[in-house]
Amino acid sequence: MSRQSFSALSLILRSLSRHSSWQKQWRKAEPKAEYDAIIVGGGGHGLGAAYYLAKEHGMTNIAVLEKGWIGGGNTGRNTTIIRSNYLFNESAALYDHSVKLWEGLSQALNYNVMFSPRGVMMLAHTVHDIQVFKRHVHANRCNGVDNEWLEPQQAKEFCPPLNIENNIRYPVLGAALQRRGGTARHDAVAWGYARAADAVGVDIIENCEVIGIRRGTNGAVEALETTRGIIRSRKVGVSAAGHTSVVMRMAGVHVPLESYPLQALVSEPVKPIFPCVVMSNTIHAYISQSDKGELVIGAGTDAYTSYTQRGALHINTHTLDAICELFPNFRRLRMMRNWGGIVDVTPDRSPIIAKTEVPGLYVNCGWGTGGFKATPGSAHVFAWTIARDEPHPINAPFTIERFRDGFLIDEAAAAAVAH
Amino acid sequence: MLIIDCPYCGKRPEIEFSYGGQAHLARPQQPAQLDDQAWAEFLYMRTNIKGVYAERWRHARGCGRFFNALRDTTTDHFLAFYKTGEPRPTLPAQHERTT
Repeated sequence: MSRQSFSALSLILRSLSRHSSWQKQWRKAEPKAEYDAIIVGGGGHGLGAAYYLAKEHGMTNIAVLEKGWIGGGNTGRNTTIIRSNYLFNESAALYDHSVKLWEGLSQALNYNVMFSPRGVMMLAHTVHDIQVFKRHVHANRCNGVDNEWLEPQQAKEFCPPLNIENNIRYPVLGAALQRRGGTARHDAVAWGYARAADAVGVDIIENCEVIGIRRGTNGAVEALETTRGIIRSRKVGVSAAGHTSVVMRMAGVHVPLESYPLQALVSEPVKPIFPCVVMSNTIHAYISQSDKGELVIGAGTDAYTSYTQRGALHINTHTLDAICELFPNFRRLRMMRNWGGIVDVTPDRSPIIAKTEVPGLYVNCGWGTGGFKATPGSAHVFAWTIARDEPHPINAPFTIERFRDGFLIDEAAAAAVAH
Repeated sequence: MLIIDCPYCGKRPEIEFSYGGQAHLARPQQPAQLDDQAWAEFLYMRTNIKGVYAERWRHARGCGRFFNALRDTTTDHFLAFYKTGEPRPTLPAQHERTT
C-alpha cells in the first residue's frame, strides 16, 4: 500500500491544490474473521508493537483493537517526558533502547514526532537525594547512559527560572542532568505509528472493545470476543495499560497490578520561558513547556485505586505548591485544563513485557507513571516477543514470574517515589 | 476529594486518611509452609477490581484506626463503611457487578 510521503516538497506541491489531495493517514478498517496476531490496545505501545511486527518480523495480517480512539488513553494524557537515567542495569538497557529509537523515530516513521532532547534535570533537595542521584549518575555512566551532576548554580544556568535561594522549604541542593532526555509530541507518536503501521498493512480497528478471550482445549488463545464480533487469532498481545487486569482476567491470568489515577495539568500558553524538563521527586514537581507555550505539569497519583480517569484536586494543588516555590515567576499563571489517566502500577514499579502461562497470550503492562518515554523500545521488544514466542534479551528480565522468584527490578526503592 | 465516613468519627475529608489497599487479605498462618507461588500471591497479587472493591482506609490524621469500605472504582462512590473484623456487607444486586 503506498502512502503519501511527508516532506517540505510534498507540503509545497500540495499547497498548490489547497491541501485538498492529502490521503487519510490510516484506513478505517473493518475487522476480518482471523488475524495472525492481534494487539489489544491502540495506544503508542500497542500501535508501535503492530508496526514493528509488520516492519521487522514480516507479519502483516495483524490488527490493533482499540475500545475508544487511537491515542485517547494514557498516550494522549501524559506529560511526555523522555529519559533513561534509571538505576538498575535491566532498566537502563530497556529505557535507553527506547531513547535510541526516539532519536531516529521521526525519520523512521516519516512523521514528525517532535522529539526534543532538551535535557531532563532532576532536583535534589536533601542529603539523601544528593547521595541517591550521585549513585544514579555513576550507575548510568557505567551503563553508557549520560547523566551528570550539577551544583545549584549550574542548575540555575541550565534552567534560569529555577529558584536556588534558601528561602523555600526544600532548597535546591543540586541536580542530575540527562542531556539526551527531553520531550516529544504525544499525539504525533500515536498518529505516526498508526499511519506507519497502516501503510504496511495493519488493520487499526477503533471502537472495538474486547469482552472475552476464548481458549482452546489445550489452553491456548483461539479468539477474542469483541463488541464488533468474534475475531480469531492464535497470538494476542495485550497492551491495555490501566485496564490490563480486566483484559487478562478474561483469560484467567492474574497480573500483579493496581490501577491508579494519575493527573496532569497545563497552564495558559505563554512565550518561551522554560528551556528544559525539570523533575523533583522529593517535592513532587514535574514541569516542561510545550511548543504551544503551555506549561505542562505532572501531578502525583491519587491514594486509591480507580478506573475513573479523574482524580482529586488536592493532588494538583500539592504539585502547584512545589512549582510555585521552585519557579516564583509562575505564581500568577492560570491553569487551563487538568485531567487524569489510569496507570497500571507493579509492586516494583518496573514493567512486565512477557509471555504468560497461556500459550499465545502476551502482555506488556505495568508502566505505571512513566510509560510514555518507553513507547518505541517497549513496542519494539514486545513485537519481538510476540513474533518469536520468546523475549528479546532486553525484556527477558521483565517477566511476571520475577515476583514469584524474587528477581524484582526495584526501581520503586531506587526512586523512593513515583517516577 | 472524597468524603470518607469513618465508622468511629463520622464524615471527614480524604486528606485525613491514608489508603490501605485491598481488604480482607489475611497473612498466612504458617508462611514457611507456603511455596513461592502462594507467597507471591499473598505479597503481590491484588484483584484490582473494576467495580465494587473492598478496601482498607486508616484515619491517620484522626482517630488513627483502620476500617474497611466498599467503593465502586468506576465512579469512586462509596457504598458502605464497616469496621475491621466485620464481614463484607451485602449490597443490593445492582451494585454487585465486578469485572
